[in-house]
Amino acid sequence: MNKAIHRRDFLKGAGALALAASLPINLVEMAFADSSQNFTFAYISDAHIQHISGSKFVRNWDRGLIRAVAETNLLNPKPDFVLFGGDLAQLGTKAELDHGAEIMSALRYKTHYVMGEHDYYLDMGEYWEKLFGPQYYSFDHKGVHFIVLNSVRTYDDWTYNRWPTAEQRMLEMAGLDNPNGSPFMVGEVQRKWLKADLDKVDKKTPLVVLSHSPLQKIYKGWNFWTEDAEEIQELLKPFAKVNVIYGHVHQIQYNQIGNISFNAVMATAWPWPYPQSYAQAESLLPKMTVPMNRADPFFERDATGWQFINVNSGNVDMTFTLYNNATRTVRYNPKTGRPEDVTYQAEAARIPAQTHY
Amino acid sequence: MNVVKLTALILGLLLCGAVLPALADEFTEADLKRWEGEYQSVVEKGRALWVGTELSSNGVACAQCHPNAANTHPETYPKFQKQIGKVAELRHMINWCIRNPLEGADLDFDSAEMLALEAYIAWERRNVPLAPGKH
Repeated sequence: MNKAIHRRDFLKGAGALALAASLPINLVEMAFADSSQNFTFAYISDAHIQHISGSKFVRNWDRGLIRAVAETNLLNPKPDFVLFGGDLAQLGTKAELDHGAEIMSALRYKTHYVMGEHDYYLDMGEYWEKLFGPQYYSFDHKGVHFIVLNSVRTYDDWTYNRWPTAEQRMLEMAGLDNPNGSPFMVGEVQRKWLKADLDKVDKKTPLVVLSHSPLQKIYKGWNFWTEDAEEIQELLKPFAKVNVIYGHVHQIQYNQIGNISFNAVMATAWPWPYPQSYAQAESLLPKMTVPMNRADPFFERDATGWQFINVNSGNVDMTFTLYNNATRTVRYNPKTGRPEDVTYQAEAARIPAQTHY
Repeated sequence: MNVVKLTALILGLLLCGAVLPALADEFTEADLKRWEGEYQSVVEKGRALWVGTELSSNGVACAQCHPNAANTHPETYPKFQKQIGKVAELRHMINWCIRNPLEGADLDFDSAEMLALEAYIAWERRNVPLAPGKH
């Protein structure tokens, strides 16, 4: 039976037309061939809740997460669950993780969490685990196998022998452009676990792999990078449909490597430049990515946002809900076999704001 | 006559403020090294301000949104800044960022801190052609 999912219904839960009119959301209508196989989930990421002192937190980042949570609650039809893509905290403290968890607790959906480096490097994820559970795990949902990895680990020597205090270790990894940082990796322990986990899964089962760092190599200087990306990709190779969704980069990126579709998600806190705009570095940003619009700093939430994801016959379609910008949709195109922006993919269709330099 | 000439020469040297006359094109490798070092010491101060929290009241650093000072585009200034409604210099935008995301206080335009920030931003953007007014 064909059934259209009307994203125009998105705001019905709000019960307030005035509110609906003020929300910066362009609604997308989609119809799927076999609706029973399709579902949606929402994705919120990179909130960077930052403690100042006492009960004070950076207002700007708080507002981003509060807004994403409120809007996600208004989705109609309701998403099956929510994923949080990592970096709930800025410096991994209990105060930040607790405050972030409190804001997230307003979500009316089951929520799965991914570990980010800002959550991890103070106590190696100990307090985070108490709040949210294991650092890596898998689950099944409507015939799709979901895998969550902690992809922000690094060399043991850097982690355990280099820094006099845990606070300094956290600060050194928190600086994106800090030359004292160290490349992210999934690491041998989790790769073994992943292999064992995948051995139990039918090769025709669609996979969705969730990580904080890209499981591909884009720019090492800012850790848009995972050191053992190729080894992970190799483990994913035998499967027919593989989707990797990652946070960390605070920008729209997508790519196709063999059978694997890659999509990045937006941050709720702040946008990051594309690596190509750092004049002293070479980056490997996938050519097929149509960049997000350049941010207008005078609009505090510009170039931040959240996204809902249709798992459409085993491929993910990303809908980016952006503030002060038109909604962007990146959809898997079965004809070309890769993710494509539904509006801006052709060179001629791009707008000046998408030129980054 | 000789006494007059000698007096004039001494007077001339005194006026030039130099006992041994140096020509402007006679700077050495050591001079170049020193000047580069002086510049880099200001760039380093700028980098320290960029990644530190000295300029902010809320702990937010410039580098949080602008790693390696990317997306600051110093080569495009002065340019019309639509949000301010007039042609602005980079330093206007630096102060805007300090006031807003950093919730800090404006820097004086001729302060050592402003100069250091500008020196750091320019260094990270070196070798990019000037493009004043570009958007």
